[in-house]
Amino acid sequence: MNPIDSLFRRLRAENRKAFMPFVTAGDPDAAFTRELLPVAADAGASLIEIGFPFSDPIADGPVIQASYTRALDKGLKLADIFAAVKDTTSRPGWQTPLVAMASYSLLYKRSPETFIATAQAAGLSGAVVPDLPVEEAGELANLAADRDFKLILLVTPTTSPARAEKIVKACGGFVYVVSVVGITGERDKLPAQLREQIARLRAMTDLPLCVGFGVSRPEHVRELKDLADGVIVGSALVKKLEAADTPDGRAKALAEVRKLVSELSGALG
Amino acid sequence: MPTTTSSPVSAVPDARGRFGPYGGRFVPETLMFALDQLDKAYQEAKHDPAFQAEFHRLLNEYVGRPSRLYFAERLTKEAGGARIYLKREDLNHTGAHKINNALGQAMLTRRMGKKRVIAETGAGMHGVATATAAALFGMTCRVYMGSEDVRRQELNVFRMRAMGTEVFPVTSGSKTLKDATNEAMREWMSTVEDTHYIIGSVVGPHPFPMMVRDFQSVIGIETKQQCRDLVGRLPDVVVACVGGGSNAAGIFYPFVEDAGVELVGVEAGGHGAALGGHAATLSYGKPGVLHGSFSYVLQDDDGQTAPVHSVSAGLDYPGVGPEHSYWHDADRVRYCNVTDKEALDAFQLCGRLEGILPALETAHAVVETMRIAAKRDKDDVVVLCFSGRGDKDCAEVARLTAKQG
Repeated sequence: MNPIDSLFRRLRAENRKAFMPFVTAGDPDAAFTRELLPVAADAGASLIEIGFPFSDPIADGPVIQASYTRALDKGLKLADIFAAVKDTTSRPGWQTPLVAMASYSLLYKRSPETFIATAQAAGLSGAVVPDLPVEEAGELANLAADRDFKLILLVTPTTSPARAEKIVKACGGFVYVVSVVGITGERDKLPAQLREQIARLRAMTDLPLCVGFGVSRPEHVRELKDLADGVIVGSALVKKLEAADTPDGRAKALAEVRKLVSELSGALG
Repeated sequence: MPTTTSSPVSAVPDARGRFGPYGGRFVPETLMFALDQLDKAYQEAKHDPAFQAEFHRLLNEYVGRPSRLYFAERLTKEAGGARIYLKREDLNHTGAHKINNALGQAMLTRRMGKKRVIAETGAGMHGVATATAAALFGMTCRVYMGSEDVRRQELNVFRMRAMGTEVFPVTSGSKTLKDATNEAMREWMSTVEDTHYIIGSVVGPHPFPMMVRDFQSVIGIETKQQCRDLVGRLPDVVVACVGGGSNAAGIFYPFVEDAGVELVGVEAGGHGAALGGHAATLSYGKPGVLHGSFSYVLQDDDGQTAPVHSVSAGLDYPGVGPEHSYWHDADRVRYCNVTDKEALDAFQLCGRLEGILPALETAHAVVETMRIAAKRDKDDVVVLCFSGRGDKDCAEVARLTAKQG
């Protein structure tokens, strides 16, 4: 069984929710990512999303874009990311599922087949492809389904019910529920219509519903606890990586990530 | 990968926005709602005689269309071959072809009930055109412009501000057109409910490539008629510069089914064929995904967008419109490229011989036009899409020519 399915089966049986941090691969370098992933897992991450730096990330806000730029400016290649992931998932007792967040530009360049095969060999369980809407996702969804690799699709506040039906049918692992209209980044409050959005999706699918974009504080997480199956936190964590460019900064960044992940995952109870 | 198709080359895109394999929509889900809304609004407007009548009235009375087809006698003499005609888009209000599309999309914005527009700009001509349309329609406008281009195109920045537009310098990435486009798309994601994004070229997700081509095809439609009136037949060759490719798409599209008319697109060869030294996407690139559509792109082996270079800010772009990729593979249009140096020389030549300073974008097409004309018979007719005027480039040309000594 795909580790994402096992994770949610277990959490549901225990009546618990998934805490899913997002971190950029290779910011400031791949060696740091090798240290960061175990820290996040140890501090309470149920699943980790790994951002694949891309030169033109149109869905991302300034924090994640700056992080991608830092990684790419140092010459990060996809091969470095897969190697860091492979080293992580090869650690004795490693259980936390890892999911790629990668632009379709990167998948297309390698060919979707090769990308999935390489990702699976490294130990990734699925991928979010934020610039691949369901109309263009057919081929990739079929390839992923044949290989038990999860293609995770997004539903947003502007998604019509008819589109949402199509999306949840093509989606695997969990549904990524985007809570706000716009790009990734922190927000003061979660929008009021999120509750209805989730209720509508519940009626359409049994897949776990995980909320992301704009989630950054313990009170956001507590608010989502009874609503969603998981919460995704990105920019608030990625911001902590900015400082990791010096030896002192690395230790400090790891400590801050550990603190934030424990605090936020702790808020899920 | 050549495209085989039984239907005419002009019968694109399909309902999913595909030009053969190219085009489509590779955008975040948040934008799908806006693209569907735009597609619907555009289809209705396209078939609404009142919309078309107003569009053409504005083109005539406000823009000053039809733009003239001018016989460039001295360039012809200099080349020593075919007769060269200039399709004078530089004489349009605001000084380039960009206004055709900006007005069309501003009318659509009003039709969709939105009151705010945003745009990206490279050389600033599309920014100026959008600022103009926004002023005319009483809309709020913000234009994203790479900080490097803000420096290179001071005059256009002033023009936009003078018309009440906010110019937003983009400091991310390479600080040029590609990054301004990213920033505008991001902004659109957050404001999609009340804002329309006026894309300036035949790029981006469906329906933009088709819609911008349609608004710009007034160039080719006029050229056809004017050529029949002036020389009694269609031209032998039509030449246009290609960055994203909107002036080229506009003049080529009405000729695509006329097999006897050779179509030539001229890309920015920068200072050479090495990746990073040019912006000649169809000459050196491969199919990939950028800014919401599948088309030729300049990328590294991981799929990261490559750095590009051109002396011309408007051609300094690592992608190209999907319909150009389709025409390229179908062998309907020949794409070539010319260097910075050649374009700068053509800027001077055109000024000295015709008293017309071309935009540096247009200067690329002047180079290839002279070459083609030189090789052809004196009865042949070559039309050059004279996409924009050179005023905006004077400071940059002065700086570069002083450097050359």
